[in-house]
Amino acid sequence: MMSSSFNIFRVGISVVIMCIFYKSAVDSLSELSPQKYFSTLQPGKASLAYFCQADSPRTSIFLEELNEAITPLQDYGISVAKVNCVKEETSRYCGKEEDLMKAYLFSALLFNEVKYITTLEDLQNIENALKGKANIAFSYVRAIGTPEHRAVMEAAFVYGTTYQFVLTTETALLESIGNEDIENAHLYFFHCKQVLDLTLQCRRTLMEQPLTTLNIHQFIKTMEAPLLTEVTEDPQQVSTVHLQLGLPLVFIVSQQATYEADRRTAEWVAWRLLGKAGVLLLLRDSLEVDIPQHSNVIFRRAEEGVPVEFLVLDDIDSLISHVESNVHIEEIQEDEDEDTKSPNMDVQDDEVAETVYRDRKRPLPLELTVELTEETFNTTVVASDSIVLFYAGWQAVSMAFLQSYIDLAIKLKGTSTMLLTRVNCADWSDLCTKQNVTEFPVVKMYKEGKNPVSYVGMLGTEDLLKFIQLSRISCPVNITSVQEAEEYLSGELYKDLISYSSVSVLGLFSPNMTTAKEDFTEAGNYLKGYAITGIYSEEDVLILSDKYAATLPALLLSRHKEGKIESIPLANSHAQDIIQIITNALLETFPEITVENLPIYLRLQKPLLILFSDGSINPQYKKAILMLVKEKHLDSLTPCWLNLKNTPVGRGILQSYFDTMPPLPLLVVVNLHSGGQVFAFPSDQAITEQNLLLWLKKLEAGLENHITILPAQEWKPPLPAYDFLSMMDAAASQHPTRKDPECTKEMDVQENDKKQHEDKSAIIKEPIETLRIKHWNRSNWFKEGEKSFRHDNKEL
Amino acid sequence: MRLAAAARLWGPPGLLLTFALHPALCLRPARTAAPPHRDYCVLGAGPAGLQMAYFLQRAGRDYAVFERAPRPGSFFARYPRHRRLISINKRHTGKANAEFNLRHDWNSLLSHDPQLLFRHYSRAYFPDAGDMVRYLGDFADRLRLRVLYNTTIAHVTLDKDRQAWNGHYFILTDQTGQAHRCSVLLVATGLWVPNQVDFPGSEHVEGYESVSVDPKDFEGQNVLILGRGNSAFETAENILGVTNFIHMLSRSRVRLSWATHYVGDLRAINNGLLDTYQLKSLDGLLESDLTDLAVVKDHEGKFHITLKFFLEESNQSADAITLPQDDNDNFAMRVAYDRVIRCLGWKFDFSIFNKSLRLSSSGEFSKKYPLVKASYESKGSRGLFVLGTASHSVDYRKSAGGFIHGFRYTVRAVHRLLEHRHHHVPWPSTEHPISQLTNSIVRRVNEASGLYQMFSVLADVILLKENATAFEYLEEFPMQMLAQLETITGRKAQHGLFVINMEYGRNFSGPDKDVFFYDRSVGHTEDAWQSNFLHPVIYYYRHLPTEQEVRFRPADWALPRPTAIHHIVEDFLTDWTAPVGHILPLRRFLENCLDTDLRSFYAESCFLFALTHQKLPPFCQQGYLRMQGLMGTESLRRHGIESGLLRDYATVGRPREDGGQRPVGSSPAPGLPVQPLDGNKEEL
Repeated sequence: MMSSSFNIFRVGISVVIMCIFYKSAVDSLSELSPQKYFSTLQPGKASLAYFCQADSPRTSIFLEELNEAITPLQDYGISVAKVNCVKEETSRYCGKEEDLMKAYLFSALLFNEVKYITTLEDLQNIENALKGKANIAFSYVRAIGTPEHRAVMEAAFVYGTTYQFVLTTETALLESIGNEDIENAHLYFFHCKQVLDLTLQCRRTLMEQPLTTLNIHQFIKTMEAPLLTEVTEDPQQVSTVHLQLGLPLVFIVSQQATYEADRRTAEWVAWRLLGKAGVLLLLRDSLEVDIPQHSNVIFRRAEEGVPVEFLVLDDIDSLISHVESNVHIEEIQEDEDEDTKSPNMDVQDDEVAETVYRDRKRPLPLELTVELTEETFNTTVVASDSIVLFYAGWQAVSMAFLQSYIDLAIKLKGTSTMLLTRVNCADWSDLCTKQNVTEFPVVKMYKEGKNPVSYVGMLGTEDLLKFIQLSRISCPVNITSVQEAEEYLSGELYKDLISYSSVSVLGLFSPNMTTAKEDFTEAGNYLKGYAITGIYSEEDVLILSDKYAATLPALLLSRHKEGKIESIPLANSHAQDIIQIITNALLETFPEITVENLPIYLRLQKPLLILFSDGSINPQYKKAILMLVKEKHLDSLTPCWLNLKNTPVGRGILQSYFDTMPPLPLLVVVNLHSGGQVFAFPSDQAITEQNLLLWLKKLEAGLENHITILPAQEWKPPLPAYDFLSMMDAAASQHPTRKDPECTKEMDVQENDKKQHEDKSAIIKEPIETLRIKHWNRSNWFKEGEKSFRHDNKEL
Repeated sequence: MRLAAAARLWGPPGLLLTFALHPALCLRPARTAAPPHRDYCVLGAGPAGLQMAYFLQRAGRDYAVFERAPRPGSFFARYPRHRRLISINKRHTGKANAEFNLRHDWNSLLSHDPQLLFRHYSRAYFPDAGDMVRYLGDFADRLRLRVLYNTTIAHVTLDKDRQAWNGHYFILTDQTGQAHRCSVLLVATGLWVPNQVDFPGSEHVEGYESVSVDPKDFEGQNVLILGRGNSAFETAENILGVTNFIHMLSRSRVRLSWATHYVGDLRAINNGLLDTYQLKSLDGLLESDLTDLAVVKDHEGKFHITLKFFLEESNQSADAITLPQDDNDNFAMRVAYDRVIRCLGWKFDFSIFNKSLRLSSSGEFSKKYPLVKASYESKGSRGLFVLGTASHSVDYRKSAGGFIHGFRYTVRAVHRLLEHRHHHVPWPSTEHPISQLTNSIVRRVNEASGLYQMFSVLADVILLKENATAFEYLEEFPMQMLAQLETITGRKAQHGLFVINMEYGRNFSGPDKDVFFYDRSVGHTEDAWQSNFLHPVIYYYRHLPTEQEVRFRPADWALPRPTAIHHIVEDFLTDWTAPVGHILPLRRFLENCLDTDLRSFYAESCFLFALTHQKLPPFCQQGYLRMQGLMGTESLRRHGIESGLLRDYATVGRPREDGGQRPVGSSPAPGLPVQPLDGNKEEL
């Protein structure tokens, strides 16, 4: 809630790229005259301007710094310019003091400024100037362009009209106001407004949290809040800005008799707890609620519903430490909250990897398949017809398929002459490479020394079973008599196989049609394991061709389900054409679409007409659609139906088409390949031939409205990756030169040439902790444990 | 013959040129006694020479190996003097993967013959040098490598010839005066000339190559050893127990290989003297520049150490020479020594190469090596490659290129380069759909031995195809030649590339580094870039870096600054197959480089996507849509539903039959958002 108002500013800022950058090279510092600079300022846009006397040499290192900061600042929508102050210049930013370097952050809209200073004197001057007028937010950052710097700049946008923002990168300046921790950025709030006596110093409050936009915002809010509030209400009912910011409240319990002393104490406490808790003075006498006799302090946590604590504290220090220890806990909790909000990159989002991992402890009956090694492989595949699964133990997809493979072994146990074997390529890498296996999983069938056949079907038990069964017969089968041919066509010959392929293909050739026979045999070989094919080319082939009205060479297609036999002429068809003919023949006119067969029908590249049905299809509907097919009204579509009982995922599809599950049965047209529109047949109409035809006509004419359009976006990375490059950069910028930390440190101490700069002296400490973006306290505890076991060194 | 060679060089596009050349060739007067020609001449039948011969033989190339000794591996017949090799012969790793096992086999050469693995030749972890000689002999014999033994090449000259592959032939003359003409010269002569330091009295110093190896000869003696390498320590180790004391003197501090991660530095197996030195025995180490030294022999035949400039000052008799202890009575080496032994290593024999070959040494710091490019080709003459130990200038003190377990891979890289340069055989590669990207990398970082042994020298390269739908995988490319990848390999790198390298942590290795510091190992995936032990690092470039970028890359970087980089966190078992710790972060990195989704999906999910999206993730496109979807099993599906990654569609919003309300709460799923799987994406 609090941060939302802040976001508005952020959006406003980040849109900007200052126009002055259009002219100059992007990464160089623009030099402008003051008039020109102010004329380029635009409302809502930010720019950092550095004002200098022309040709002032002492500032060059600062300028280099500034130059380096241009790009990061620009990313943030802040443009950078150098403004040359010529003598006659009257702008108030071109100061008279020659030494005073100033950099101002401008937002033309708010006209705020951030003063960049380098010496304690600068700071004192500003402080003196603002006593009795305004408060100061003084911050130290390690370098221009750091995240902390940006956070300060952002805060300046919001609060720049109220407070004077002052910025330095000078470690010496920070040290001179008594802060030794030069590695981290700091922000001080100087309470100057209430200082009326110019000889007095402004009170300072150091912000203790890291400098993030949110923290600064919170900190300043607490600075704005009244230092001490007097209340006479029930402590449980009081509400102040502190509670909203997640800070606790401390009530100092007072009574009329000791009011003056208590108030002084309370003020003292309030200063000490400024930014950490809200302090209130509670008058016991005028309060109706009962407060325990001896308690002098009431502590109320920010969380709702937590009862107030009544404390008896002897001195201020124990009060302070009580509050601070409680605030500390809250901070940690806050961190954890942040953690859960940001996506956790360590959570597995790959369904195959996750399911295989979750199933890793279940023992599989692997002994049902023969594990082959480099030594046993060749002898085994030569000795018996074998199916070989090549997989890798570390790869999730092949381990998922291994389960189906084992299921198949269970099914085939004792019934098949085919030996089911497997090779773990993680162990037998060379063997797999020799067998031309470079991806996993791969299934190959080895039959008596013949070239292995790769299995290219769905990686599942049923499809592989079908492949193995259909591979039992040669392809094509050589049929030797008319009677056998008839048995073949009727399905009698391979009774047990027609459940795997509902179509039997028979090629009819005259004995002298050698090329045609070769082409057909080649096609048959290609389709081995996927279709039942036979060949007949005896002298009496005419008996068959006459019977089925075929001109030789020809194909007979026997559809066992429908009990129909049709013939297709094969004249001048090459192997490729024959494969195409047979593959097309295997397609049904109105198939039940399933997970396994959808891809075949998608290859037709036509919009799908899908009838969703909960259970078997109503024969009436089927008839209607088949009629339309027959009358060639559906040639531009692929008609099919989906049985939600067999394919429950259909419900997921319907849910994405309609927000709520529509009544079934339901007919839709899905234009998958061009446009992605989904049209639904009106549910109030009966699915009849006429209604359907009318609707399809309207569809074609563009008179129907689609119910939804399928999203067309690309599949993007589900989550970001670790940005190691910037982590390395950040570390490198903390360790600019690992060689000479000592000498630069000495130079830093040296007098005037201060621009030698900040970070070099901070090299000593390791950056690891500061760089860690997140703490991964969940599920990583065991890794911590593992560390302590790592005593051994690794050799080459 | 010459014509054929020319035609092969120019290749099909140069047909016109060949025609043009044809008359010129015919007109050229045939030389009366042209020396016998070979496409490839290999100098030296040591491990590197034999390794190259193996690859040339397998590729069916015209080659010969010249060896002056009667058998291969003559260096090992003599060295190390005390016969114990310090290259490990790890016979068991608990793994069957032959490629992986080569990571821990430092002695075998590469071949297709599993019998030619060194573990069949010795059972010792640190094997005897005699076994290496036997092994190399078997290697040459079993593979029938064409080696001309007893042939000493006395000098090598250049013969300019425009028709030659490289514009010149190499003319090798042997001890009988017989010349051999070669198109490509592969120098695998190793380092065998003992390093000597020239100082007054150096004639009193015995060399490692000839010093006695019998400890009895050192009984009760004071011994000074010059040098601080493995040969020096090996010599000391042998006589440690019988001498009065041993002092060791060298210019630089001792470098322990377990601190530097460089196998050429002092190996723990030889460092017995360090142990006794630090445990207050009489033995000791000293540092001084050997060139300032002088050795003076006194009348008793004992040796005194003094400084060169004392000798120059006065030209007096031996016993009157100023000794350092005269001024400085606590001078460390004030005792007289019975023996001074020089163990300073070896250098390359430059003497047989004619100046026109411009085979110079690689500069001040590694004078012992000839100067070569990162492709192992001499900078001075095209077509001359340096192989084996002599090629170590490329990765001196960094990787293993000076040792069998390293140069067996660099030799293969050179061979692949030659195959493309002269025979139009592109660098071997495999092509895969992008859905196999993560797998390809995981497979290689877990088993590849070349990457592991030649870390930061040879790297795998993945070349992306247009639109990043497929990629080519190239193994063990010399990474410093990355800018020239297209010309070297004959492969195109137009659409971005990944480089897979193995690296130690930046500031982990060094002679003065404490490699056992507490907290030295990194376990968190987000800290992977701070890993210290050898771990895989993957660089992503949108464009092939230029030569300038490679040359002027940041200090400490193995390659120029990439577009993005990924470190797979170091692993105690060097097994980078943990699904969440290793593979997941890698996949996220690859996904973000390619801006796509590389997750794998079950067929059912692909089915859903196919009917509810216009585009499919690569895994579904390249698997399911090609009829190769992953069906999964019931128990996996149950795990999927438990994890929330899959939905139980059987219970999803059943249709309201008669328009009536169903009791809410009985079925848990109806209110769920659609497709938890791609929920993230919809927001993007």
